[in-house]
Parts: sequence; C-alpha cells; structure tokens
Amino acid sequence: MRLLTHNMLSSNIKGVSNGFPLRIEVEKVVEKQVDFNADFLRNMFPKIEWKAFVDAAKTIGYAELPEEVDSSALDSEEFLNKFHHALLELHLEEGALVCPETGRRFPVSKGIPNMLLHEDEV
Amino acid sequence: MWYLCMFFHRLLDYRKAEVESLAQLFLDDNDKWSSLEWRLPLHHHPDSPFHYVDLPSEDVARNIANRSILVKGMYEIWGEGSSYEELEECIRSYPDERKLPYLEPGTTFKITVDSFGKVISFQDQNDRIQRFTYIPFKGQVNLKNPDHKFWVMETDDYGSSNGLPPVDGRRIFFGREVGGADRSLLPTYQLKSRNYLGPTAMDAEMAFLMANQALATPGKLVYDPFVGTGSILVAAAHFGAMTMGADIDIRVVRDGRGPDCNVWSNFKQYGLPMPVGLLRADNNLPPWRPGLKEIFDAIICDPPYGVRAGGRKSGGRKLLKGTVDPYTVPDDKRTDHIPSTGAYSLVECVHDLLDLAARMLIMGGRLVFFYPVLREDDHVENHFPEHPCFKRIATSEQILSSRYSRVLLTMVKISPYTLEIAEAARIKHIDFRENHLKWLEDGNLHSAVFSPDPQLTATGDSKLSKEPKPKYRGKYV
Repeated sequence: MRLLTHNMLSSNIKGVSNGFPLRIEVEKVVEKQVDFNADFLRNMFPKIEWKAFVDAAKTIGYAELPEEVDSSALDSEEFLNKFHHALLELHLEEGALVCPETGRRFPVSKGIPNMLLHEDEV
Repeated sequence: MWYLCMFFHRLLDYRKAEVESLAQLFLDDNDKWSSLEWRLPLHHHPDSPFHYVDLPSEDVARNIANRSILVKGMYEIWGEGSSYEELEECIRSYPDERKLPYLEPGTTFKITVDSFGKVISFQDQNDRIQRFTYIPFKGQVNLKNPDHKFWVMETDDYGSSNGLPPVDGRRIFFGREVGGADRSLLPTYQLKSRNYLGPTAMDAEMAFLMANQALATPGKLVYDPFVGTGSILVAAAHFGAMTMGADIDIRVVRDGRGPDCNVWSNFKQYGLPMPVGLLRADNNLPPWRPGLKEIFDAIICDPPYGVRAGGRKSGGRKLLKGTVDPYTVPDDKRTDHIPSTGAYSLVECVHDLLDLAARMLIMGGRLVFFYPVLREDDHVENHFPEHPCFKRIATSEQILSSRYSRVLLTMVKISPYTLEIAEAARIKHIDFRENHLKWLEDGNLHSAVFSPDPQLTATGDSKLSKEPKPKYRGKYV
C-alpha cells in the first residue's frame, strides 16, 4: 500500500465519526521505483490531506517532506521528486492500519489493506 | 474535412462511440464539445463498415485512427462511384493540390485492393490496380514500407442473404490512408496468454474499448471498484493511466494463484506500471475518508450482475435476511475473523456505483460500465440508470444470448456532487438495507436469464415459437 492510498482511506466502522487518518503499524516497508509523471503529481497534490501525508511518511521512515506547503511548491523539481517518492515509491508491504477512534486493526498484507468490516461493525 | 472511416465489421454499436470518445482526446478545446458529424455513403445501411466523418484536420483523423481498436482505416477519399468509369471521373476532378503532393517523384507508394462482402482474386486485384494509370504516380512502388498508402475499396450489390448488412448498389472508393488501428496489441494482450485469469475476466478487445471510452491517458487516475484479476485496468495502464482497484474478495486481490500469478503479475507480464493501489473494500460501504472527492479521472468497471458472478456486500447473510440479531464477534476471535457477506442486488450495486462516481470523479470525468438488459422488447433505451450528476453519452449493446445482452454505458460527470444528492443517496442506502430481500428479488437477473422460456413450455413446440432469424448477423458479430 502506498501513501496515496493511505491518504484516501478512513475507518468506516458504524458510529466512528473521525476515522481519519488511520495510524500506521509498520512491519515491512519496501521501495519500488515508479516512472515520474509531473502531471499526475500536480493533479493529486490538491487532493492530498497534507498533514496526514507528512505524518504517514515519517511513520514509515521518510522525513524529507516539508511540514507545510502550498501549490507554488509544485514549480520546484526538488519538491516534486520528494512528493513523488513519498506518494508512490514507498510501500507498506506488511503491517496494519489502526482506527484512531476504536483501535480496530485493518491488516495490510502483501501490500493490500483489508478494509472489510466485521458483521457487528456495519 | 470529410474522411472515410472504414471499421472492422465487429461490435457495430461500439464503433462510432469509440471515434467520438477519442475525438475528445485529440480535438482542440474549441471543437471539443460539439459532436462529430457523420454521413453514410450512398445506399449504405447504418451497419455498413463505411462511414464518412467530419474532422478538422488530418492529424486529428490519424491520431483517432491509430489509437482506436475498431477503425480499420481512415481515408482521404479522392473519388467514389458506382462503376470504375464514374470513379475515374471523380478522381480526375479531385483538386490537383490535394493529389500532387502525394504523387511526387522520390516518394514511395502502394495500392491495396480491399473489398467488403466478397473476395477478389489476385489477378482481378491486379487488373483493378492497372486501371489507375490515369493518376500521375511519379514515385516508386514500395510494398513493404511505403510513404503513401492508397486503397481501392469495393462493395457489391449482393442481397441480404450472406450475413452482411444489405447494400443496394455497388460502390467503389479510392483514397489515401491517413491512419488505422494497431490491432497487433490484441494478440499481445489476449486472455489466453494472461497468467492470472478469473471466470469473468474482460476480454482484451473489450477492455481496450472501455479504456478508450474512459479516455485513459498518462497523468490520469483510473479506478475499478470490482477489479478482480485486473483485466480492465491492464488496458487503462497500457494507455499510460495510473490505476487503482478494489474488490471484496481478498483471495483475488491479495493471493491470486501464487507469487507469480496474481493481479500484480498481470501488469508485470506486459511491462506495465503496477496499480498505484489495490485494496479489499466493499463497494456498498466504501472506506474513503470524509471530504475526499473528485480524485478519479475515470471509473471503469464490469459490475457483478448476478448471471455469471453475483455481487457480495458486507453485513452477513443471516443478518440481512433478518433471521438473527447482529452477530457479535468475540474479542479473542477478532484478529483472524472472516466476516460473512450477503448477496448484493444489481440495483443496489448500480446505485452505489453511481453515488461513488458522482462523488469521486472530477468534473468531466467518465464513468464507463456494463449494464445488463433483458431482451424482452427490442427497445430498452429508457431502462438505463440515471443520476443528476451524469449525462449518458454512449450506449453500446453487445448481445450475449437470446435472453439478455450487456450494454456499455459511458457517462460524463456534468454537475457537482451536492449535499442534497449525498443525503438522497444515504436515505436510499438505508432503504436497500432495510428491505434487503425485496430488492434482491426485484433485482434478480439470474432467474430471468436461466429460467425455462414460458413460451416454449406453453406450446411444447420449440420450432414454432422460435423467433425468426435475423436477416443478417449485424450486432452478433
């Protein structure tokens, strides 16, 4: 699971009012190279919840991202490279996403987060 | 300028829709929102493979043709006629400034004779080519790699008995090829060479058509909420789009059939970039964070409509039937608990899909999906799902059996997802939950497709009650 996916997900257990951002429990992180596409990054940038993104990157061991940023940063190649790396090249291969309100663990295995709810959670 | 567009004689309903979609990719912003103009050659049936289309430039025509799957060729027509004499007259009167640049010394060319609905022997092809000596070709012939390709295309005035659309009169076209589909990618991607297959994997040609309808290009994010083995996303990735997929069945998305036979390996096999995200999620209760919207450029999918594969949603089989109280998972069993799922009716599935798309697609983004229809009546036009955020721009039918067909719907998001729409969707969601059984019965396609034909059982004579055979194969090809 890449941080792009993490940034889109929340815990949707019945009764949970603020399931975002999911806390990351790391067991194994891998890096996989992805072709750089500046257009894609520019399209994604305004959709990203930045603080959650920076925190998630730190949790999986990447601390190069600026704490605060606005869209003018997209002109900087250095920034785009870092953004690209954090958004697409770091994978949480094994671990879990934890609901911030209930502590329910959504396991991540082979890079796939399992977001399906139990019977009593829907 | 008018170009002759010759289609492969397949998937008739999909042909113009594909060209119109691709035009959106290659037209200037000024021309974009006006629809293309089409015209049929004299005496041609709408199912004929020959159609004239008006495009602003040769570049646009070439780009559309080269990216398409169903355009055999796009031609600048120098002349057409009902006989070779009429054709000659027409070619002679075609302006020289349009002809001479392609006839110059130093260029290479080739003339191909093609026909529709008949076979022309090699000798006859040669004879036909020899007739064109009145065109002042100054270049060299090069059959392997010519600069300019000229085509002679013929149709005859055969009757309607040979399985092809009826043509009233003979028609001959002569033109210069501008571009054509690269169908060599179909054998590359054909399903029988695919490592990881599921029972409902989308065949390669259809998947590419879907990706074209969705305008998949580099820099875009395409989502499939019923990803399965990834067969649709493979096509989108081929055209350079970033892909993301979800499925409720974890065995499919996570495990596949081993380390080199899973969704990832299907992309690796063709050297395509991996999906940016795969997850296990329920389309009925999607886990997207509140506030997330307008992130996908396109959503392409083949929803489970309960004929070959049924949809599932979370909630539990027994609970949804109302026979037991909600099952509480004991704390010590939570970690590895596998939640049971209940049947997911088609109507609810499509409702959820439209709601998801309305929220998550960017403005102008496209939702492309298959929708099954029963072929009880000939006109099914008015039964398609609708949504206030969407405008349907293409409806392409593919007949699957005498009972039902599937229709590829292409919808464009034309207005934003408002709070009112979200609230209406929430109320509907609760209605589906509370009246689960009723919706399951109403939305059940399986019995309609597989139950015995009431006509047949009533008369007991299958020969008499059979529908008359169609006059030509048309949409069946």
